[in-house]
Amino acid sequence: MKQLLLGDEAIALAAINSGLSGVYAYPGTPSTEITEYIQAHAPELHSRWCTNEKTSMEAALGMSYAGKRALVCMKHVGMNVCADAFVNSAITGVKGGLVVVAADDPSMHSSQNEQDSRFYGKFAMVPVFEPSNQQEAYDMTVKAFDYSEETGLPVLLRVVTRLAHSRAAVETGERRARNEFAPAEGNGWVLLPGIARRRYAELLSKQPALIEDSRLESAVELPPAPAAETKRLPGVIACGIAYNYVKESGIPCRILKINRYPIPEEPVKALAASCSRILVAEDGQPVAETDVRSFLGAGYKVEGRLTGLLPRTGELTPDNVSAALKALSHSRVEAEDRKAVPAIVAPRPPQLCPGCGHRDVFAALNKVVADFPGARIFGDIGCYTLGALPPFSALASCVDMGASITMAKGAADAGLYPAIAVIGDSTFTHSGMTGLLDAVNDHSDITVIISDNLTTAMTGGQDSAGTSKYEAICLGLGVAPEHLHVVVPLPANIPEIEALIRQEIAYHGVSVIIPRRECMQVIKRHNKK
Amino acid sequence: MKTDIVLCGVGGQGILSIATVIGQAATRAGLALKQSEVHGMSQRGGDVQSHLRLSDERLWSDLIPEGGADLIISMEPMEALRYLPYLSPSGRIITASAPFVNIPAYPDAQDLSSQLKACGAIVIDIDALARETGSPRSANMVLLGAASAYIGLLDAETLRSAVAEVFARKGEAVVASNVKAFDLGISQL
Repeated sequence: MKQLLLGDEAIALAAINSGLSGVYAYPGTPSTEITEYIQAHAPELHSRWCTNEKTSMEAALGMSYAGKRALVCMKHVGMNVCADAFVNSAITGVKGGLVVVAADDPSMHSSQNEQDSRFYGKFAMVPVFEPSNQQEAYDMTVKAFDYSEETGLPVLLRVVTRLAHSRAAVETGERRARNEFAPAEGNGWVLLPGIARRRYAELLSKQPALIEDSRLESAVELPPAPAAETKRLPGVIACGIAYNYVKESGIPCRILKINRYPIPEEPVKALAASCSRILVAEDGQPVAETDVRSFLGAGYKVEGRLTGLLPRTGELTPDNVSAALKALSHSRVEAEDRKAVPAIVAPRPPQLCPGCGHRDVFAALNKVVADFPGARIFGDIGCYTLGALPPFSALASCVDMGASITMAKGAADAGLYPAIAVIGDSTFTHSGMTGLLDAVNDHSDITVIISDNLTTAMTGGQDSAGTSKYEAICLGLGVAPEHLHVVVPLPANIPEIEALIRQEIAYHGVSVIIPRRECMQVIKRHNKK
Repeated sequence: MKTDIVLCGVGGQGILSIATVIGQAATRAGLALKQSEVHGMSQRGGDVQSHLRLSDERLWSDLIPEGGADLIISMEPMEALRYLPYLSPSGRIITASAPFVNIPAYPDAQDLSSQLKACGAIVIDIDALARETGSPRSANMVLLGAASAYIGLLDAETLRSAVAEVFARKGEAVVASNVKAFDLGISQL
């Protein structure tokens, strides 16, 4: 049966049909819809949101240990959060099939960087699958679960925004039964140095087979043309969705389509031998390009993001790939009659919703900060990062999940005063709690605002792990009860919030203020139901 | 044959519902379809776009190449102009007339109007028409109705059925007002 599915949904449905027992994830664009689809379509499976990507990865590894199939989903920067567990899961190996989905965001549509998760695959030495379209996203997810069990390794499935968030018809299959409960035996999962050395050697010994399997999956594609002409054609190594842009261009070339890593050396060398130059087209960072250069040596002409034939940053598009192919095949580039964006068209950046409680928080903060030229407000990841833009222009930083509290602490240690942190409820439980404990233990002079809208708003209103527990968490971490306050962020309450912030700035220790009011988008959704 | 459409507007204006209806119609008609959406940060009152590609042959790219769009369907007049580099020389623009002003640098109404005119844009007061149906939220279906004559691969009847199917789970009244809005849109041309 064919269904119209987002790339994310194709992965989710494939996982369900592969006998999945549980998905573990923290919301993050562009990966969120995978877990949401499983929640909506297979409520009998474990699918509750986790506190962060590390707890997700570890719980999934535990499920795999018990013999069941598990899925972990995250945006690319989530890989940094779960890296410890991810890298070591390659050494413990897996029992039930374990697939880790990393959704990369080249061009940073909704992200702070455009790191390429394929590096993590290489780093951990696990197989990486990279589908080029929605059908492959489905098929390769099914294959990934089987392959994970065959190799005893987790499989990293890498997608990018344009595949995750694009819809197409997908032919889907039957649902397979879930694995029997069958926990792993022995001490192979106990990574004490003596055991870890043995297990690491086993991981290394699996590598030639992984490369061979990648080779079996690759094939060079030739356009229909006379043999004499194909000899002069340039070669293209097209990874993941880059393949679509190469095909879209209609420019004749020899294509080596790559959907699996580690990249096999032999077909790359065979392609190189059949043409005089190669373009490596890949979305993200030059991961394959670096490999291809090392396979072919300095004497061979390899073009790509490193040589500037493709842009070094930003996502691939049909336009930049087609331009690179034209340059590569020395075909005449005709000046195209392209309309320009009229000068009157103004940028329209995203902004906090009308009526949003974060607005009242920033309004109060800005009034206070106006009287303290040395003050800095350290921001965090979420809707409230938009407080960095006009009309508030309030934030000094936004780095990673939880960094508001710890950066405020470090700056305060260095003498910055007043040091204020603004963090959302979900971000606080994701990675802010440990930093708050550091601050309490150090008696740091910081004021922390946990702007609680009772949801994970930026990604579409998923449950927030700490809802109704924030006061207890802060008190438990050692925040003094007289320096913990809850307020309702409404325009009428701005004077009260302002006074409270002034009071807590005057206290030279850790204070926490929790402005709490439900997200406007979530209220709208409740009202629709 | 192929139809490439850029759908655009401001986050929250309902461009994804238009995409869903066209997607449903294309599926019913057995066409190949690719529809790229924007989620996440840009939905908060920022500019949003969706690339929608229909074809009776295999489609490769999820994105429309520049200069390739047959149609720009916009819920907001300034947003229609943002995607001009995508419009093909023979392409059309169909846009709602009402500005969504949430930025200080929003252009002057006269300048905006003359730019749209220069592009041969079809400009429609979809909000006024939607009010006639008694359901202001169906403005996006008025726009789809008005654009339907230019979606070469799908006829009005297929699209109308898709409107009914997509809104079916919201009840008969919602279906009726959206179908009415769609028909009002058709009658504008």
